[in-house]
Amino acid sequence: MFKILQAQLLAPGIKRFVIEAPRIAHKQKPGQFVILRINELGERIPITIESSDPVAGTINIVVQAVGKTTHLLHCLGAGDSLADVVGPLGKPSEITKFGTVVVVGGGVGTAMAYPTAAALKRAGNQVISIIGARNKELVLLEKEMSAVSDLLLVTTDDGSYAEKGFVTDKLRELIEAGTRIDLVLAVGPVVMMKAVAELTRPAQIRTVVSLNPIMIDGTGMCGGCRVLVDGKSQFACVDGPEFDAHLVNFEVLVQRNAMYREAERRSMEEFAKERAAQEERAREQMGVECAALPGGER
Amino acid sequence: MTPPAARSANPLTLKERMKVPRQQMPEQEAALRSANFTEVNLGYSPELARQEALRCLECAKTTCMQKCPVGVKVKEFVQLIVAGDFAGAAAKIREDNVLPAITGRVCPQEDHCEAACTLGKAKNVRPLGIGYLERFVADYEQRMGIRHLPKVPPTGKKVAVVGSGPSGLTVAGDLAQRGHKVCVFEALHELGGVLVYGIPEFRLPKQIIREQLDYLRDMGVEFETDVVVGRTVTIDELMGEEGYDAVFIGTGAGSPQFMGIPGEHLNGVYSANEFLTRINLMKAYQFPRYDEPMVDLHGKDVAVIGGGNTALDAIRSSLRLGARKAYVIYRRSEAEMPARIEEAHHAQQEGIEFHMLTNPVEFLSDGKGWLAGARCVRMELGEPDASGRRRPIPVAGSEFDLPLSVVVIAVGTSANPIVQSTTPGLATDKRGYIQADANTQRTSRKGVFAGGDIVTGSATVILAMGAGRRAAKSIDEYLTSGAWEAPAA
Repeated sequence: MFKILQAQLLAPGIKRFVIEAPRIAHKQKPGQFVILRINELGERIPITIESSDPVAGTINIVVQAVGKTTHLLHCLGAGDSLADVVGPLGKPSEITKFGTVVVVGGGVGTAMAYPTAAALKRAGNQVISIIGARNKELVLLEKEMSAVSDLLLVTTDDGSYAEKGFVTDKLRELIEAGTRIDLVLAVGPVVMMKAVAELTRPAQIRTVVSLNPIMIDGTGMCGGCRVLVDGKSQFACVDGPEFDAHLVNFEVLVQRNAMYREAERRSMEEFAKERAAQEERAREQMGVECAALPGGER
Repeated sequence: MTPPAARSANPLTLKERMKVPRQQMPEQEAALRSANFTEVNLGYSPELARQEALRCLECAKTTCMQKCPVGVKVKEFVQLIVAGDFAGAAAKIREDNVLPAITGRVCPQEDHCEAACTLGKAKNVRPLGIGYLERFVADYEQRMGIRHLPKVPPTGKKVAVVGSGPSGLTVAGDLAQRGHKVCVFEALHELGGVLVYGIPEFRLPKQIIREQLDYLRDMGVEFETDVVVGRTVTIDELMGEEGYDAVFIGTGAGSPQFMGIPGEHLNGVYSANEFLTRINLMKAYQFPRYDEPMVDLHGKDVAVIGGGNTALDAIRSSLRLGARKAYVIYRRSEAEMPARIEEAHHAQQEGIEFHMLTNPVEFLSDGKGWLAGARCVRMELGEPDASGRRRPIPVAGSEFDLPLSVVVIAVGTSANPIVQSTTPGLATDKRGYIQADANTQRTSRKGVFAGGDIVTGSATVILAMGAGRRAAKSIDEYLTSGAWEAPAA
């Protein structure tokens, strides 16, 4: 069992968990992830590690509530435990002095891009960060990103904060202004990563994306997370999760990520139906409120 | 033929023994079992077991034992069954095999002990049902709660075992019996490796594995799940700050191979490992009670590509999950199928259709990202290849389309790189498998041993256990003497 020491709401539907996992904390490097399973009936889901504290033996993860498992996770708080947390998995990000690096974080992807941005800064790179969110409330880690960036650009889809637009608008401006860019790292929704790849392809800027396919074991055993890279099957869990954006077949990724959409919808519906009971149990057992649930106000 | 041993309790003459037919394994009816996950074979009753045991000729030269990868003393345990001492028979098996209830179910005895049995050499006489008898005494021991725990004093030595599959569990059991402290590290959340994620309930019930694990726990073996050695902790850290005196690597065959043909990324195309893991480990067939989903197979046409035990496990599972048609597509003929004969026979009884000498060349899309079928080509057999089997050659112009909703690819595995790539100085072969001495299982790293599929490539449970047994013997020697002789490369 892996104990949750802290749970903090960062934005509506987005929570940071501090989890006791000494072995993982000791080994984690930027870009790596864990696979967690909440309870005996649970599925295994991959979540990128935001940061870790080897001395305290803890790791931080930032989770957006999207499906049943992540909503259930949001019902947990300090003192609760997860059945399984395994990692750190995947290859760490390549950290070296590239020159100027643009780090693009979309939505909750910002939390995943953050440790790599920080490490790239420490390695002596000039770091330009572009973070985007749907609206003001959902802008994540602005302070943290600012601290590790030479320049931080923020966009919101609806213009409720900073500049209205998408992260790709900012990236396009940088490219068009002739900014020297040695590497772009993009972490976020697949559509965003694909758009970034299409922008940097003609400019021939080396671009790395962190892929998020469906996984089970996370150790290369099942092959469920296979992605098509340069026409060949690669396993995101052991060969990735970071790949050359210009070689990734994003259509196949989108198609494969939709494989269980119907089941996911059904899981979520049943979970929502039990919402009252879930909240009741959460209050009784954990003394915390459930985070945003579908149809909920929060 | 040699005369029976003097102390035999067997009242039958050799001639009489040869006339007793091999006792059939009671099994669940095919029509019934193809719709459930309950075990197919039901096991011998004590009467059937004694009747079968009476057939043993008690040869002086025990080729059955010699052919057993772990060296089970077949004649001796069978004699104890004849004498009615089932607990004694179990103890006798345990001297050489710490997982008898598992091997009694999944070991291909027809390739080992039963292939060597003298009875089977006679015309129209079938070999002794050694596997069935092993299963019987193992189940008896389990039901009666009998334990034979090591009585040796602790040696103070600590061994880390990487992977809780058949080779790792064998190493753990054998070393615990010699008084060494053993901790087994498992990457998944459940112990058992391929026994748990790979082999389905109807062939090897999870409860049986759990009981065998409890036995090992009672012997003092410790287990830690959720540890991916190479990522969570390295071999060097285990032997450094964690203070282990030796490490055994039994991480299994690992990564599934795909075929590299068009359409492999379509939704509905699974590797056998993923398909079986969703079912066996994640219980996806009980969705939504369990969270992990899988494609609903009810009324669908499903095919498995491959002819091994894994292929049959996958396709027989799909039938139990409601598939309308279930096919095995295999590029060679039935004679070359690596699967156990008993399992192929069971599959046929259950209504699985076999497309022999057939190979897919493309998976067809429905235009919306989902599988619609397989374009296949007929094959014919040419000259024998490196494996000694006749090489399949495509027949020009023989393409045909088979409509399918789900395809499971079971064409083998390749070495998982995690441990090798994070352990400096650990020698591997060209394909990435760990190099280990065939007798001592020593690797190129001092104090590090390896065995099972990660050394040999995909093989069987019993061969992995054989490697585990050799490794345990040689780890014990190393821990006692401290002497290390690097294996010849």
